[in-house]
Amino acid sequence: MTTRIFISRDSGALCVGAEEVATALAKAAGLRGLAVDIVRTGSRGLYWLEPLVEVATSDGRIGYGPVAVGDVESLLDAPLLEGGEHPLRLGLVEDLPWLKRQTRLTFARCGIVDPRSLPDYRAHGGYQGLEKALAMAPEAIVEEVVNSGLRGRGGAGFPTGIKWRTVAKTVNPQKYIVCNADEGDSGTFADRMIMEGDPFVLIEGMTIAGIATGASYGYVYIRSEYPHAIEAMEIAIKAVREGGMLGPNVAGSGHAYDMEVRAGAGAYVCGEETSLLESLEGRRGEVRAKPPLPAHIGLFGKPTVINNVLSLATVPFIMSEGAAIYRDYGMGRSRGTMPIQLAGNIKHGGLFETAFGITLGELVDDIGGGTRNGRPVRAVQVGGPLGAYFPRSLFDTPFDYEAFTAADGLIGHGGVVVFDDTVDMAKQARFAMEFCAIESCGKCTPCRIGSARGVEVIDRIMADTDRAANITVLEDLCNTMKFGSLCALGGFTPYPVMSALTHFPEDFGATPKRLQAAE
Amino acid sequence: MRRYEAWSVPRAAEIIAREKHRPGAALPILHAIQETFGCVPEAAVPMVAEALNLSRAEMHGTVTFYHDFRKSPPGRRVLKLCRAESCQAAGGDALAARAEEKLGVEMGETTADARVTLEAVYCLGLCHSSPAAMLDGHVFGMLDERKLDALVKEAQA
Ligand SMILES: Cc1cc2nc3c(=O)[nH]c(=O)nc-3n(C[C@H](O)[C@H](O)[C@H](O)COP(=O)(O)O)c2cc1C
Ligand code: SF4
Ligand code: FES
Repeated sequence: MTTRIFISRDSGALCVGAEEVATALAKAAGLRGLAVDIVRTGSRGLYWLEPLVEVATSDGRIGYGPVAVGDVESLLDAPLLEGGEHPLRLGLVEDLPWLKRQTRLTFARCGIVDPRSLPDYRAHGGYQGLEKALAMAPEAIVEEVVNSGLRGRGGAGFPTGIKWRTVAKTVNPQKYIVCNADEGDSGTFADRMIMEGDPFVLIEGMTIAGIATGASYGYVYIRSEYPHAIEAMEIAIKAVREGGMLGPNVAGSGHAYDMEVRAGAGAYVCGEETSLLESLEGRRGEVRAKPPLPAHIGLFGKPTVINNVLSLATVPFIMSEGAAIYRDYGMGRSRGTMPIQLAGNIKHGGLFETAFGITLGELVDDIGGGTRNGRPVRAVQVGGPLGAYFPRSLFDTPFDYEAFTAADGLIGHGGVVVFDDTVDMAKQARFAMEFCAIESCGKCTPCRIGSARGVEVIDRIMADTDRAANITVLEDLCNTMKFGSLCALGGFTPYPVMSALTHFPEDFGATPKRLQAAE
Repeated sequence: MRRYEAWSVPRAAEIIAREKHRPGAALPILHAIQETFGCVPEAAVPMVAEALNLSRAEMHGTVTFYHDFRKSPPGRRVLKLCRAESCQAAGGDALAARAEEKLGVEMGETTADARVTLEAVYCLGLCHSSPAAMLDGHVFGMLDERKLDALVKEAQA
């Protein structure tokens, strides 16, 4: 009997040696005459356990990790194929507390299925959402997404269904679905994981979007830093087209929908939706003024739905299980689950999908396990390079769009980057300005010039030149950028800068506000 | 490791002809040119502009907007080190300085023997395993001094 073994081909597993482990295991098993079938999956998202080797047993999948090439022989002796004892044995993967505590709706299949096998996707509930959608009127599909309460996972948190409704109401023989897979925020990797680990769910979501809004073609704009995701999506699209689920007659429904992958070219600002459209059209990625909304005049001047990977990849679940089931999770106006990404100097880095409402402290200390090097956590940046730095005193903030806004921050795409007590927050503020200067599209002065000035001003503060006066200059500059920028690159760079200054004034050589108040 | 073709007008024309009919063909064409020649040579710009019915200035503006497109071919191997926040938090700054010192170049430069181009990259989506790097298409995470040294050595080999 052939035993199935699962090893991830996700780049997060490859970066710590999964390929070498898979090769060594195949070779060693061959030499021992053992019949094994090594399935290459996506990642479960427990990255500190990668390379994770799972073996199918009658009880379920038993995991071992993190496995090095040197462990292969002793694993086979365990014996691995029977799920035998070994120092690296983790037990049933499904029962690992880190996975058990999650609510995996968008990531239900990631790390479990073979991302290159359409039959495997179907065997795990794939395409049930589309099947339901095809039995409904397009308007009803849109209303289902509206009712789910799903908000855009790319950062702005705009209700996905409302966006779709706007496009559905336009009359135009050509409309487009554009998937924003530019994922440029440091601390984020959820889009990458879906594309590498469950690409069919994104294709299914985009197909449903196309049928709901009357769009017959889609583009996935993937950043060039993600060669593995690009390859995975291309292979999956081809398989789906051959399977008749993309093309002139999707699943025999009479609806036409097809799509392709386009690679970005290393510009962070191209994640901004109108810049992305400019880039897709073949121009400089300069941000467009809104209105017109892309929903009215988008790609090549046509009505366009532009959504983040996670927004689109969540739609199949909503369609197959119903809007109410999704909406029942969460808090306030943040409905459903958020795939949160734990990163930086963290013990348990990875993907944690959970209902909105969990606190920042739980995520960092409890689930993340604190820092990897054991030093105290001092600051956490949430929401990428445009997100605020949080001190420990704000760790009771619940993960919720509105609560983060109220705390002068944003959840963005859900990245959480942990820093220990050696961090210099003035240096982090300087980096935020520098990054904005490097990536500015150049269209507006506050962003283009302001960020370069910001670097100079912070340099002066750090060098203790006219410190108090320069801190005032920095605050004014942030105000100008916040209110005078066309898009959130210039407009939100003040978040990391001002949060660093507000919560960690001592790093700027100023007296902490708390102490001032006490005096 | 990649071997790039020497610049050739007919070869460039062939690539442009192959891609130009796609809607918004500029980026696909420029990527294909860089794949082939290792860069987007100055001489390619007017050819692409003409094929897409754009002015040369406009095309130049597009090429220079994107960080990916190079003016000249890179070294035999390209080592990209992530310099973004998550990798900074995990000790990436010190590793970047170490790589610069070992290779004797700064970020964005190529070693004198043309073996290695060292580049900064802002996030590889491997932040769960920071610090991260990419050598040609291969990814590396959880870097420390020992792993970085091995990586630099491999790049120089
Ligand atoms: C500078 C900048 C970068 C952005 N980068 C991304 C990105 O990488 N991915 C993304 O989905 N949205 C990004 N956004 C947000 C998009 O503009 C847009 O809101 C989003 O794609 C809409 O999809 P959603 O409603 O599904 O979130 C960025 C915005 C700005 C201002
Ligand atoms: S804020 Fe910056 S990136 Fe955004 S449009 Fe203005 S110049 Fe461009
Ligand atoms: S910040 Fe370095 S990989 Fe994301």
